[in-house]
Amino acid sequence: MSSREKSFLAILMPIMALFFLFNTLPLIQGFLYSFTNFRGFGTYDWIGLRNYADLFQDSRVGNSYRFTFLFAVVSTVLVNVLSLVLALGLNAKISAKSALRGIYFIPNVLGGLVVGYIFSFFFTYILPAFGTAIGLSDLSSSWLARTDRAWLAVVVVAAWQSIAMNTLIYISGLQTVPLDVYEAGAIDGATGWRRFRHLTLPLIMPFITINMVLCMKNSLMVFDQIMALTQGGPAQSTESISYLIYSNGMGGGQFGYQSANAVLFFVVIVVISVFQMKFLGSKEEQL
Amino acid sequence: MNSKSTFKIGGSKNVPITVLLLIGCLTVFFPLYMTVIIAFKRPTEMTNDIFGALKPPAQWSLENFSQAMQITDFWHSLLNSLVITLCTVALCVLIHPLAAYAIGRNMKRRKLYKYAYLYLVSGMFVPFAILMMPEAKQTALLHLANWGGVIVLYVVFYLPMNLMLYTGYLKNVPLSLDEAAYVDGASVWAAYWHIIFPNMKPMHATVAVLAALGAWNDVMTPLILMGGSGSNTLPLAQLNFQSQFSTNYNLAFASYLLALIPILIFYLICQKQIINGVINGAIK
Repeated sequence: MSSREKSFLAILMPIMALFFLFNTLPLIQGFLYSFTNFRGFGTYDWIGLRNYADLFQDSRVGNSYRFTFLFAVVSTVLVNVLSLVLALGLNAKISAKSALRGIYFIPNVLGGLVVGYIFSFFFTYILPAFGTAIGLSDLSSSWLARTDRAWLAVVVVAAWQSIAMNTLIYISGLQTVPLDVYEAGAIDGATGWRRFRHLTLPLIMPFITINMVLCMKNSLMVFDQIMALTQGGPAQSTESISYLIYSNGMGGGQFGYQSANAVLFFVVIVVISVFQMKFLGSKEEQL
Repeated sequence: MNSKSTFKIGGSKNVPITVLLLIGCLTVFFPLYMTVIIAFKRPTEMTNDIFGALKPPAQWSLENFSQAMQITDFWHSLLNSLVITLCTVALCVLIHPLAAYAIGRNMKRRKLYKYAYLYLVSGMFVPFAILMMPEAKQTALLHLANWGGVIVLYVVFYLPMNLMLYTGYLKNVPLSLDEAAYVDGASVWAAYWHIIFPNMKPMHATVAVLAALGAWNDVMTPLILMGGSGSNTLPLAQLNFQSQFSTNYNLAFASYLLALIPILIFYLICQKQIINGVINGAIK
């Protein structure tokens, strides 16, 4: 082995070891705990696949999956549509372009928890007061207190924050479309909506893929906003999977059981991400 | 990436779109406005009707701030947040490009490095939810249930994404540069420090910014590792504060504003870098 090869290995091995120790090993441990009735302390027994069997019977777990998916799908669609519209606007020939881009990116640098607290006040006091003032009954009581509306409040806050990042990624996508494509399109009569539909959209498909995958993954793991806005309530209507694993696994004595839930959650996230990349990736076009 | 490039459709600026975008800015500014005015008001000034609630305070009072700073142990939390963020950024920028150099320069010819790449990058799909419980046990066992452990975990968790970014960027750094250095008798380390590391400057900025925002705003990792230790980061201080003093909104909002100000200042100073960083990172 040459000294160069030795140096490369000397770099690689400690990094791999660190990653194994703090990422793969806990992953394996979590997997092993999922076959036990460990409560987080004391002794425990191996119970085979019982946790997994119980997961599928547990309505609270079922509800958390239903909420998380509803939330993730709605916010992914909403965020991507709004981000794309905003990106088209911010990429157009406008005044104060860099200032506007700077302003619209602010929500992304603020922490999810504090933003959640601020919006919690907004949904509890400001919005109902506004609803009462204009006589709109749906707004006159707090969304956070209603089981059928609390999820929407979480969507609004999560979207408010993640639109910033997605918009910027779309802007960088729009800048990769060469000008002569538009010029050639203009000769063929492609303007306005048709230009967007047949020229812009296919060419920024890779960016739509990356935004959809990242947005979906982040939404599925929603935690901070739940912690700040609803703590899973009212009546567990906004309990996300991450939040359930945290609250019952760390504090509720369900270490083993929630480990099984976490393993299931991991599998779900991998399957969805792979599926999204395959499906959306097949629609990408190359110039 | 030239941020000034525009499509030349007509000569003049598009006024309707500019106006719409300006109006849209209210969605960003309104929550911030609300935070500022409530933070400066006295509790007696709070009213239930919407105009009263959103009216600027009659007398701007700093009282809420000094009280909030005392309750959240602001300076201590700020120091913890700063130490954690700075160490995370420094270690990410030192370790991750080194990993990318070893892997990126060898993965084409040697299977070991290719598998190492796939192994490390696949870590991106591991949700923290599955790691947090074993991680809590493990760090306690290793006496890392403190800010030191938080830094170690960030360096490990941000590795997959940063490895991808750096390896992608490394493809733009010609191999002939390293080879020339080797011919001149340089070791791998020397070639890395003198040739490769300086050549990846734009990616260092991107990684630094993303790591800084991630580490500064994160709640979950410090909560799992440091929760209950009496030592807080800024977000963690807000979490504890909220559960104890949720009824005094003026005080609460003063503490929210205190938590937001450092990151807003950071953003104002390197706004351009942050935006370019995200755009740089996105296209890889």
